[in-house]
Amino acid sequence: MAEQVAFKRTSVLTDDYFHYCPGCTHGVAHRLVAEVIEEMGIQDRTIGVSPVGCSVLAYNYLDVDFVEAAHGRAPAVATGIRRTLPEDRYVFTYQGDGDLASIGMAEIIHAANRGEKITVIFINNAIYGMTGGQMAPTTLPGMRTTTSPNGRDTGLCGHPIRMCELLDTLVEPKFIARGSLSSPKLILKAKKLLRQAFDLQHSGFTFVELLSTCPTGWGLTPDNSLAWLERNMVPFFPMEVFREPGKMPPQATPYHPDLKVRDDAPKAEKKTEEG
Amino acid sequence: MAQRRMLMKGTEAIAEAAIRAGCHHFFGYPITPQNEIPEYMSRRLPQVGGVYLQAESEVAAINMLCGAGAAGVRVMTSSSSPGVALMSEGASYMVGGELPAVIVNIMRGGPGLGDIQPSQGDYDQMTRGFGHGDKHFIVLAPSTVQEAVDMMALAFDLADEYRNPCVVLGDGLIGQMMEPVTFPEPSERTFDRSWAATGKKPGQRRNILRSLFLDPEVLEKHVEKLFEKFKVMELKEQRYEAWMMDDAPPVVISAYGTTARIAKSAIRELRAEGHRVGLFRPISAWPFPVDGLATYVEQTRLFLGIEMSMGQMVEDVRRVVAGRRPVQFWGRTGGMVPTVEEIVAQVKERSAALGQ
Amino acid sequence: MNRVEIDGDRCKACGLCIDACNKHLLTLSSDLNAKGYHPIEIHDVEECSACALCGVICPEGSLAVYKEIKPKKGG
Ligand code: SF4
Ligand code: SF4
Ligand code: SF4
Repeated sequence: MAEQVAFKRTSVLTDDYFHYCPGCTHGVAHRLVAEVIEEMGIQDRTIGVSPVGCSVLAYNYLDVDFVEAAHGRAPAVATGIRRTLPEDRYVFTYQGDGDLASIGMAEIIHAANRGEKITVIFINNAIYGMTGGQMAPTTLPGMRTTTSPNGRDTGLCGHPIRMCELLDTLVEPKFIARGSLSSPKLILKAKKLLRQAFDLQHSGFTFVELLSTCPTGWGLTPDNSLAWLERNMVPFFPMEVFREPGKMPPQATPYHPDLKVRDDAPKAEKKTEEG
Repeated sequence: MAQRRMLMKGTEAIAEAAIRAGCHHFFGYPITPQNEIPEYMSRRLPQVGGVYLQAESEVAAINMLCGAGAAGVRVMTSSSSPGVALMSEGASYMVGGELPAVIVNIMRGGPGLGDIQPSQGDYDQMTRGFGHGDKHFIVLAPSTVQEAVDMMALAFDLADEYRNPCVVLGDGLIGQMMEPVTFPEPSERTFDRSWAATGKKPGQRRNILRSLFLDPEVLEKHVEKLFEKFKVMELKEQRYEAWMMDDAPPVVISAYGTTARIAKSAIRELRAEGHRVGLFRPISAWPFPVDGLATYVEQTRLFLGIEMSMGQMVEDVRRVVAGRRPVQFWGRTGGMVPTVEEIVAQVKERSAALGQ
Repeated sequence: MNRVEIDGDRCKACGLCIDACNKHLLTLSSDLNAKGYHPIEIHDVEECSACALCGVICPEGSLAVYKEIKPKKGG
């Protein structure tokens, strides 16, 4: 019987079993990254940088060279790699919300601002998973976590941070988009975003935020987690392509000031007179 | 080819020596008193096809070193005391992940923001407290600009040989000093880089550079493996200078870095007046030259530690002397530099008390 | 016939594929895998459209979907 593959596990994933909780969409995100690497045929030219958080062991699953970063520092580590290896390499970081949007805020903003030619994959599940469900910078207002037992009090700790929107104020990024892993349709869309980011990586900084679930931290079943994500996270974290070629918000257009006021012509003339 | 002597400022000589040692990547963050190093790098590195990048913080800088070290190139940063403190986390990760790099610390006065004057208050930071966990760094402490130049090449070789970050520990004085220097011929040594994360070679095992080992048994094994390297370092990399020690002087000053230079001037004066005084100068702060110092314990009546601190290295001297001889200390701190006269007076007073 | 290959040892019984399948062909079995989960199983496989939605949502990568290529009529 002739048959064709409609779906198959990519060979860029190792055979290791994920350590993630049942229904956690980290596994989906890993697979999408691996599929993109396979499709582009860049497995031998890709270096990943793993974060601290639930996905600290990402290197066990993605079959490419890996460097492990300290908490929040993955964009700096990726910068060090990017700035030393030949241009044809692909460098990506994979980071959660605590890692990227809290402790690593400086590193992500500055890597983006320098236009580092890397792809940053940002997994936003609105909570600290590995440490046991504490409040994250992306925790929704009123959302209960182990360190916001009465729900996130915005008077006390502010509103969640929208990373895509924040980065979209910068001039250098070439691609900024937010997707979601909450349904097969959105997963396929998310994969397209990742592919676009990797395709554009050698032209500049690329960033894909993926809304993801944490059934354990949220205290919900896997399927309720997907529904909860779509109902509560999507309205605050809209799924959009913020930046792509040809799409630049006005406040982020390059600025070319005229700085030639002091080393101006008269001085140069004076020099010639003297000399 | 005959080497030309050049008059250079310590900081710039350190930077040039690093480039000549094959370091074409520099990541750093400005902090006084070492800004001439990044400034020099930002001018020179593009000329040699290298990369100078100003990081957003010392924290980012050390992690850029981590990435570049993992990618298998020679890379360095330079900073000063509080900035180096910020690098300690990343440095510990680099030891764990066995990543080579060179970290230059041009010490300034502390604690806290302190001041920007020369200091040796980071001896403990670099030899003990730099980063968490069980770890060590080779720490080289130059006392002249020429020595700093020679040390840069050595530091990169040691970092590569042991796959461990190596520290060059100077103070603001050496950074600002102008001295004639000769740059050594580049070392011929080559190092295996097959472990670097540069892209998985087809058909080969991939490289994962990490310091996480969740299984305690595995981590213990890993740390034991690191400590086998440290043991070799302790055997092979102790460096020191014993100066004016041949006549078994009863008083021995222990000092390093530029303090040792001042001490030498003081010893010359003391000797001219008939006082027999010698100098024991550790060149490697870690590994501390235990074996070298041990050979002088019996013949010495008094050790006097002199530092630009409240007494940090002197604890290592005490450790070696182990109560067999008195070990005293005198120092200036807060950016105050000991003078020759002060040292002469200190030695005279103390040797008088000894009945010399 | 289309078919779905299930790597029962990877399955964590999260049930996401159950909801993803428009044809309701997937259920948790009564077996236990090495990790102590009841792995997914497929029934009425002849109904499977090989849409692969189950494979796409599975966080563990436990599923593979194969589509039968029907010989063209008159071909
Ligand atoms: S704690 Fe949350 S994010 Fe972490 S593996 Fe479990 S479900 Fe996923
Ligand atoms: S391929 Fe589609 S129809 Fe077949 S089991 Fe999977 S989800 Fe159901
Ligand atoms: S989605 Fe995957 S892990 Fe979850 S029940 Fe289905 S096959 Fe098992």
